[in-house]
Amino acid sequence: MEIPYTVEPRPDSGLANGKLGVWLFLASEVMLFGALFSTYILLRVGAIEWPHGELSVALGGINTVILIASSVTMVIAWAQLKMHNFSRGRLFLIITMVLATIFLVNKYFEYAEHFSKGEGPWHSTFFAIYFTLTGLHGLHIIGGIVVMAYLAGPGAGLWKRNPDQFTNRVEYTGLYWHFVDLVWIFLFPVLYLL
Amino acid sequence: MHSDPAAIQKSIRTYLMVGATLLVFTAITIGVNLIHLAVPLAITVALIIATMKGSMVAAIFMHLNHEKKWIYGALILTVVFFAVLILLPNLSVADSIGKPIGFASGSRAAHGEPAKR
Repeated sequence: MEIPYTVEPRPDSGLANGKLGVWLFLASEVMLFGALFSTYILLRVGAIEWPHGELSVALGGINTVILIASSVTMVIAWAQLKMHNFSRGRLFLIITMVLATIFLVNKYFEYAEHFSKGEGPWHSTFFAIYFTLTGLHGLHIIGGIVVMAYLAGPGAGLWKRNPDQFTNRVEYTGLYWHFVDLVWIFLFPVLYLL
Repeated sequence: MHSDPAAIQKSIRTYLMVGATLLVFTAITIGVNLIHLAVPLAITVALIIATMKGSMVAAIFMHLNHEKKWIYGALILTVVFFAVLILLPNLSVADSIGKPIGFASGSRAAHGEPAKR
């Protein structure tokens, strides 16, 4: 049985089902991160003093550059598939995945340095909220890598059967990925600079 | 979204330019941090720049600059609930209703000082 509206838009919404589904998922993600940002504000406003300069701005800055670059390569991957250029589309998808992995490696070194100094989540309110926010964000990065690896690997076979559906899948993954980038755009100044 | 190859090629140039602009904004954010502004001003500047960057990602990379009304509708609802989520717990900090007068926010007792006789 064929699933309807995977490529062609629904007559009522003008959207393919997957796209509306991803946007509703992202709306729930906004609420998830929103709750944690609200917690951060509440903790910070209630704190007598708030630590400053605990995190490496250089590492955070490098990770920001990496995520922005990965957002660009992700949207180019989709654009290449839209132009029916599968090999380039897949290449840019793989580059995005590599950049995401580098982000995680950087994060590993950052976490390792803090743990070696005994600065785990138990150390202070600041480190508790830092590890919660960046840990959840890191899990989202891992989720993105898994989906991209599937699309570039075993899931790529769909391109031969239904290239439009494959392109849509890459677009939805891209929407998720840009959201992950967007969250980091706010996490970086809030945790590293302020 | 366009399916004409020439239009998509043009879009790729836009994506690259937006990417470069985002990097410039990141450099500005870090640069402003080096100036050591007063905390309220530093927070305002950093959040304004982050909002500009976030808007660019949403509008250009996520194609929100030309999306269908169903998605705008879902996002407007999200923004409303997000605002409530951020504001409501934080408004409770300023709320002194129901607290003993001596413990109301801003009172001497709340700051650990003895009440004036």
